[in-house]
Amino acid sequence: MYQRIMVPVDLAHLDRLDKALTTASDIAKHHGAPVSYVGITSSQPSAVAHTPEEFEDKLIAFAQDQAARHGLETSAKAYVTHDPAVDLDQTLLHAISDTGADLVVMASHVPGLIEHIFASNAGYVASHATVSVFVIR
Amino acid sequence: MSDQTAAEGEVNQIDTDYEIGQDNIKAQIGPFGLDIHNPVFLISGLTVVAFTFFTLAFQEQAGAWFSDLRGWLTSNLDWFFLSAANVFVLLCLVLIVTPLGKVRLGGKDAKPDYSYPGWMAMLFAAGMGIGLMYFGVSEPISHFNSSIGGTAIEDGARTDWAPLGAAVDDPLAARDLGMAATIFHWGLHPWAIYAIVALALALFSYNKGLPLTMRSVFYPIFGERIWGWTGHIIDTLAVFATVFGLATSLGFGASQAAAGLEYLYGFPNTDGSKVFLIIAITAIALVSVVAGMDAGVKRLSEFNMIMAALLMLFVIIVGPTLAIVTGFFTNMGAYLSNLPALAMPFGREDANFSQGWTAFYWAWWISWSPFVGMFIARVSRGRTVREFIICVLLIPSTVCVLWMTSFGGTALYQIINDGFMGVAEANSDFKLFIMLSQFPLAQITSAIAIVLVIVFFVTSSDSGSLVIDTITAGGKVDAPLPQRIFWCSFEGLVAIALLLGGGLVALQAMAVSTGFPFTIVLLLACYAIVKGLMSEPR
Repeated sequence: MYQRIMVPVDLAHLDRLDKALTTASDIAKHHGAPVSYVGITSSQPSAVAHTPEEFEDKLIAFAQDQAARHGLETSAKAYVTHDPAVDLDQTLLHAISDTGADLVVMASHVPGLIEHIFASNAGYVASHATVSVFVIR
Repeated sequence: MSDQTAAEGEVNQIDTDYEIGQDNIKAQIGPFGLDIHNPVFLISGLTVVAFTFFTLAFQEQAGAWFSDLRGWLTSNLDWFFLSAANVFVLLCLVLIVTPLGKVRLGGKDAKPDYSYPGWMAMLFAAGMGIGLMYFGVSEPISHFNSSIGGTAIEDGARTDWAPLGAAVDDPLAARDLGMAATIFHWGLHPWAIYAIVALALALFSYNKGLPLTMRSVFYPIFGERIWGWTGHIIDTLAVFATVFGLATSLGFGASQAAAGLEYLYGFPNTDGSKVFLIIAITAIALVSVVAGMDAGVKRLSEFNMIMAALLMLFVIIVGPTLAIVTGFFTNMGAYLSNLPALAMPFGREDANFSQGWTAFYWAWWISWSPFVGMFIARVSRGRTVREFIICVLLIPSTVCVLWMTSFGGTALYQIINDGFMGVAEANSDFKLFIMLSQFPLAQITSAIAIVLVIVFFVTSSDSGSLVIDTITAGGKVDAPLPQRIFWCSFEGLVAIALLLGGGLVALQAMAVSTGFPFTIVLLLACYAIVKGLMSEPR
């Protein structure tokens, strides 16, 4: 049913992604669909990597690790934005069409008061993407 | 240090165990997520509040004390400020012509983050947009008036404010000297100050892999100690200078905009309307902050560059076109031929000018340099050092010559050739509007000028919040957005408190005083740049 699954990954907070990663790999195995892991960074050094290239290398290593662990076909793509705190949502929408995914599996937190002012990233993607979005809480 | 080969070419990264964000506090306060550096966020926030209260509570004493401090610094250490600025200009020029200029920020094959038009627009808007609007007409007139008045000597010391040897009763010589002195304050030297800070930050962040924050520049000097208190102090000082630089400018800017609105539309020029203007500017800045770099500050900077260019074209075409075109070359010549004398740090006879104008300006530019430099660094990845310096030093300086010639030159033309004394007699806040009133469509051009002033403030407030947020998040550029909103609102509140409490002049004096420690910081940065560039693969 699903041809390609996209999973946005925050390499700085992998501990919070367990549930989403497991869910994604279960669905992927069920449908025999490949998984694209997408990461977003700025061009400035961050906690994860000193350069965008190092960031992409780490993301690729992560995707390979997931492939080995869950027996999946995986790929990885890093996107560089000027202002990740703001551009994240738009970049994720761009990544969906770029990777050609027809299902997005992404982690989110429990919505609270702030979501009335700023949509959570997953909330924004779910409202604006043209493909199915599975938000994991 | 270890050589690492990345996809974008070799860079010589600094090998440190420090991980960006390792000292950060991450917390959830109610609905707001926080990611702030401990202790820089807290200390800088608290000291800003403490200084604001202190200044308001002890206004007279604080005002006198800070003004004395500034006066003492600019009159006793004028030689230091002037020499340091000369060092920055020379180092920049050397970097253009030596092979070090080939080093690319971000690695050999790095692609520029921004196109030329967007990049240049942001450089200008952050660097001096607002000052050009205000001083473009008023400063050449000041120097012209004091030059034509000649020198006055009392007790063996010059009491006049004329640059160099003045030009008594010679309007044309006074015009050239006035233009040269103005361009001197807005040309190579200020841009070299910005270029040094920006280059140092960009190099240590993009090529050396350290966080984008002031302390990183000092790695070659202090080593691992920059992650401790040495670094905390440097970063706190940078935040401090930025907040007060912005808040005082916001306060003064609101006064100018209010004056313009009163002159044009008869709006009441009261404290209430100034507070309203600060709130309005801060509100627009907040919208811009939430829209992010590309949709916010970049788009506004581009909009303002186009508006400013149109206004300048209008003045050139409708004003004395031929005088402006020839004036551009005359003024450029006057600037370059007077440059050695104007930049001479020792044995100056024109103490009022070299201390009261030049040293004050240098301290003021230097106190702004952490903010502007960091913002320039943020948008300059992928440029070579040579390209970077040409675009941050030579092109803006040339544009400043053109701008000063168009605005100041036209005002001087009105005085010398038309005998129109309106601009000379007006208060500084009004000079630009009176100059424009001599041309057709004055209502429209003056309105454009007010919009330009306001939007330049919005871009300053926005990019300032971005910079402060990055420093107080330990160099993280993806800290939660509410933090940027906090700093942007905080600047507005400090500006309102100072405007109503009357501490603006005192705190401007203090902001300028931070120029002194930062001059030392910048000189050390020069050493760090050369050392850092030498170790880069070229």
